[in-house]
Order: sequence, then C-alpha cells, then structure tokens
Amino acid sequence: MREITYAQAITEALYEEMTRDEDVIVYGEDVGIYGGPFKATRGLQERFGNQRVMDTPISETTIVGSAVGAAMTGSRPVVEIMHDAFLGICMDEIANQAAKMHYMTGGQIKVPLVIRTPRLGGEQQAAAQHTARPEAWFLHVPGLKIAIPSTPSDAKGLLKTAVRDNNPVVFFEHVLLYNKKGEIPQGEYTISFGKANIIREGNDVTLLATSLMVHKALIAVQQLEKENISVELIDPRTLVPFDKATLINSVKKTGKLVIATEECKTGSVAAEICAFVVEEAFDYLDAPPKRVCGLDVPLPFSPPLESFSVPNEEDIVQAIQQVLR
Amino acid sequence: MELAKEKMLELYRTMFKIREFEETVAVLFRQGKIPGWLHCCTGQEAVATGACAALRKGDYITSTHRGHGHLIAKGADVKKMMAELFGKKTGYNKGKGGSMHIADFSIGILGANGVVGAGIPIATGAGISIKRKKEDRVVLCFFGEGAGNRGTFHEGINLASTWNLAVVYLMENNLYAVSTHQSRVQKTTDIAARAGAYDIPGISVDGNDVLAVYNTVKRFAERARRGEGPALIECRTYRWHGHYEGDPLNYRSTEELEEWKKKDPISRFKKVLLMKNILSEERDRQIKDELKNKIAMAIKFAEESPYPEKEGALQDVFCELV
Ligand SMILES: Cc1ncc(C[n+]2csc(CCOP(=O)(O)OP(=O)(O)O)c2C)c(N)n1
Repeated sequence: MREITYAQAITEALYEEMTRDEDVIVYGEDVGIYGGPFKATRGLQERFGNQRVMDTPISETTIVGSAVGAAMTGSRPVVEIMHDAFLGICMDEIANQAAKMHYMTGGQIKVPLVIRTPRLGGEQQAAAQHTARPEAWFLHVPGLKIAIPSTPSDAKGLLKTAVRDNNPVVFFEHVLLYNKKGEIPQGEYTISFGKANIIREGNDVTLLATSLMVHKALIAVQQLEKENISVELIDPRTLVPFDKATLINSVKKTGKLVIATEECKTGSVAAEICAFVVEEAFDYLDAPPKRVCGLDVPLPFSPPLESFSVPNEEDIVQAIQQVLR
Repeated sequence: MELAKEKMLELYRTMFKIREFEETVAVLFRQGKIPGWLHCCTGQEAVATGACAALRKGDYITSTHRGHGHLIAKGADVKKMMAELFGKKTGYNKGKGGSMHIADFSIGILGANGVVGAGIPIATGAGISIKRKKEDRVVLCFFGEGAGNRGTFHEGINLASTWNLAVVYLMENNLYAVSTHQSRVQKTTDIAARAGAYDIPGISVDGNDVLAVYNTVKRFAERARRGEGPALIECRTYRWHGHYEGDPLNYRSTEELEEWKKKDPISRFKKVLLMKNILSEERDRQIKDELKNKIAMAIKFAEESPYPEKEGALQDVFCELV
C-alpha cells in the first residue's frame, strides 16, 4: 500500500473532489500561493487556478458567512479557518446561519459547506489564544456534522465524504498529525460518517479516543498489553453523526469505559459520550466511566505548564488501571 | 519643531534596542531556546519607536502578535520580556503567555494579542473608560494592514468616531499578512479614503522615518487628548524576516527585501544624527555596546530563571473575589 502524510491526504481529497465536481471551491487565508499554513492545500491553486482556490483577506466572519451564501446557491465551498481556536470569530455564521438554514427554511435550502480547521493543541507552545480544542462547542449545535480524523487514510476518506455531504461539516485536522505518514487505500474510496473504527479489539476495557489522542492511546495500549490488559480501542472518526452502536456493543463486552480527548474536561465531547453510555448501557458497566481530558484552563505557554495541562499516554494508562481496579 | 538632542538619541537607542532584541531572539529561537512561535519586527523599528515616543507613560497601547517592538518602545523591561519568551516564572506573564501575550499593565501596555484585529475594539473600549473617567490619557492601537480587513476594524473605529473617543489607530503596513500581499486582498490602499468613511482624519506616513512617525502620532495623540476624537494613521514599512521564524518565504523576492533594506530605519536615522552632530561614530559604538550588553543581561536573566511549578497552570483562571 501507498504511504502518504496526513497533510497530503487532505490535499489529495481536495484534488480529487475538485476534479470530480467543478462546483467545489477552496478558500481561506494563505491557502493559495502559500499552499496553506501547514501545506495541506499545496499545489491546488496551481492546478485549479485562482478562481477556484482563493486567498482571502483576514476576515473569518466573511470567509464562513460568504461560504454559507455560496453553498446556498450552487457552490460547494471548502473553507479553511487557520486554527480551531479562531472558530469563535465566525460562530454566528456557523451556529446560527449554516447550521439552521435547512431546518428554518422548512428544508428548502441546503448548505453543502466544509469548514476545515487545523488544531494546534498542546506540545507546541502556541499559548492560550491559538488553542481551544473546541469540538464540544459544535456538538451542541443541531444541524452541524463534525469529523475529526486521526490518520491519513481517515482524513482523505472523510474529507471526500464531507465535500459530498449537503450539510455543513466542521472538519478538525491536527497540526501534530500533518506530517505523520500512514497507509492509504489504492484508488477512489470514501469513508462514511457515523462509522467508528475499532483500531484494536480487546476484552478488558473500552478506550475511546479522538484525533491526536488516538496515537497516545495506541502507546498506552501497547504498554498495558505487557501487563496482560486487553484494551479495545475505538476511534469514532465523526462526532456527529456518532456511532453509538459500536461503542455500546464494546462496553457491553468489556463493562468498562475510558474516554481520551484533548479538550477541557468540563462540558466536553467526552462528557456527552459518558452521559449516553450511562443512559443506554448502565446495566453493563462494572465501573464508573472515566474521562482523560485536558485541565479546565486556557492552555498556558511555558512547556512545564503546558504539558501539565494536556492529557498524555501516561494519564490514559493510569485511568485504565483505575477502572480495572 | 525640532526635537531636543536627547530625545533624538533616545529614539535612536530605542530602535537599536528593538533591533538587537529581535535579532538575538531569532537566533535563540533557531537554537531551540525559545519555544513556541516568534514573529519579529526587524525593519519596522521606527514605527513602534516613533509612535510610543509620542505618548506619555499613562497612555495605553494595544499591541499584536508582532509586538516586541511596541512593548520595548513603551518602556517594557527586556529582562522580563526575555524571561517570558523563555517560558520562565520571572517573565511578565509568569510564563503563561509567551511572545504573543506579553502585557505590562503598570505602563499602559494592555497586551500583545494573538488574534489579529482583536486589539482594535479593545483599544476602543479603553477609550470609553478614559472618556467616562475624564482621564488625561489616550490609547494607541497598533495593528497590521492585514488586521484592517477584519470586521473589528470597521466596528471598532466606527464606534470610536461616533462616540468621539481618544484613540489613535495605527496601521502598521508591512505589505504582507503571512504570504498575502496587501494588493491581493484590499482594493483601496488609500488610508484617507478609509478614514473618510468614519469622518476622522486619515494620514499615511513613511514608517521607516522615525521622526515622521513621531510627529504624526504626536499631532493626533494630542488632538485626541484635547477631546477632538480618533484618527487613523498608516505607517508604511516592511518586515525583513519571515512572517514567523521558519517561514519558507516563497511569496516574495529577495530583490524586494534588498530594496527595503536600503531604507533601513536605523541607518537612515543614524545619518541624520551624524549630520546634525548629535551622534559620532564613537558614541554610536558606545550606545550599541551598551544595548547589546543590556540584551545579553536579559538573556542571562532568562536562562538563569526557573520554570514555573507545573501546578501554576491552575492559578489565574479566575481572580480573587475582592
Ligand atoms: C483572526 C486571526 N486570523 C488569523 C490569524 C493568523 N495570523 C496570524 S498573524 C497573521 C497575519 C497578520 O497580518 P497583519 O495584520 O498585516 O500583521 P503582520 O503579521 O504583517 O505584522 C495571520 C493571518 C490570527 N492570528 N488571527
């Protein structure tokens, strides 16, 4: 199989979708000549020209707002917001315009829009205003789909699906994953939303992780294997729709659940997952579910403060040991 | 009016101090001693220097992600700045902020800011307090030409003009926002035309001419202080480094950079000072040695300072109730 990086996977998905459908357009800050702040749109402007791949002013509100308008009227915009922490700048356009349009208009209007956004998260000392890990903000808004791929192959397959979806999709990429390589299927493929990936099968505990935390989880899983603990590792890949069945079935098998996400713990995606597992599979749980998340603080700059504030593989190992006790 | 000799020398010293700070931290960054990101303002020293020299200690500034120059010019302590860049406990923000978030409230620095254009309404808000409390202050709001394309630009300045607030908006036009040249994202570059939309003065100056910047900011800061409302100033300049240290710089030519280096604000001003016999080559060397030493001491301070205890991450989320 072919190996490409996560960033290349994004580029390939856009390349293929733009080739397939000329209504697909790409715009955002520095996505054209520069090839994207993290090189995920490299070469697209050269190939498709500056009428389909546009550099915009620094105008997040209008990047998303105009993409809503374009999507309503026959275009399929894929726009980029440079960091997920800046999604707040265009929150009305996402939550109040894009998300509600179809519903409000009684199903008349469609908004086939993808908002790609690179996450900075920890380990980069990007400091408080460039980091937010805000997927839960969007989880709370009916009408938005959310994808959060952890591998190149998922990134490509999910992005192609996102572009073809007629609903607005918030698509979380990760700066620390862009250079990670992974195998990619040959030829044309897509990955459906709402289908979790069981990365490892196991019997003792269910570990659900997203994005970068999947990679930290894998390290934890290998470490626990040495202690003869068998972990079932699940990556939901999309948060909306969420593959509840796969998770609940796994919990029924293991009786234990640990959730690892990078977000602040309070009001998190992890909290929502805990809630429905408790509601729907309480009788199968042998221990309270556990969340491994970030501290409830804005991410501090200094390396020792920062690493204390974000979850790591060691935290996952400890959480699993605790639920098994 | 001609400036006093001492004031002229002070401008020169400040510009060189900023240059030395930036060139030094760029090296430290490459050596991996400074974590995170670094946005240097080398080549733009005259803007920060001239503008802040026209202010009083009690005046406010809002700064940007490219803020080291603004902070130094407003009087920030380079030791505490350096320590903050290193992520040390002795830094301005106890290591919590880093390069993009340094603040020194005690001398009116309301903070560098990581979000482009976010300082504009904040400056407007400081203008509200000044007006309410009838204080003898003004606000100087630094932002880039890229920030001028955000909605905050329109909303912030519209409100300040409507409410007649004491804010000077200073657009530091270094032609590029990351890779994007101004001409590709702004149809009019005529600042007076933009200011006209808010019925406030709009003026463009050579941002590599420290005296021109000083005189212009002085004029409009004093006007604002007298209660005559805000103004918009554009300072045309150029950043010599990449957008951030490590930028591949595939969007501009070295010829363009070389052209702008010929307009180096520091050597230009040095010529003026030599001509006026305010500076000699000898004195120039002394000044530079002094300032280099100052920056070296700041590095030593930063290197010798401890990192914050990790539990410190949990402090300052909220302030005390009283
Ligand atoms: C609202 C927002 N959008 C995007 C960014 C990413 N970003 C950081 S600096 C920058 C360019 C800013 O250009 P300008 O305002 O001209 O300032 P300069 O960097 O030239 O000093 C961008 C796009 C940001 N920090 N904030």
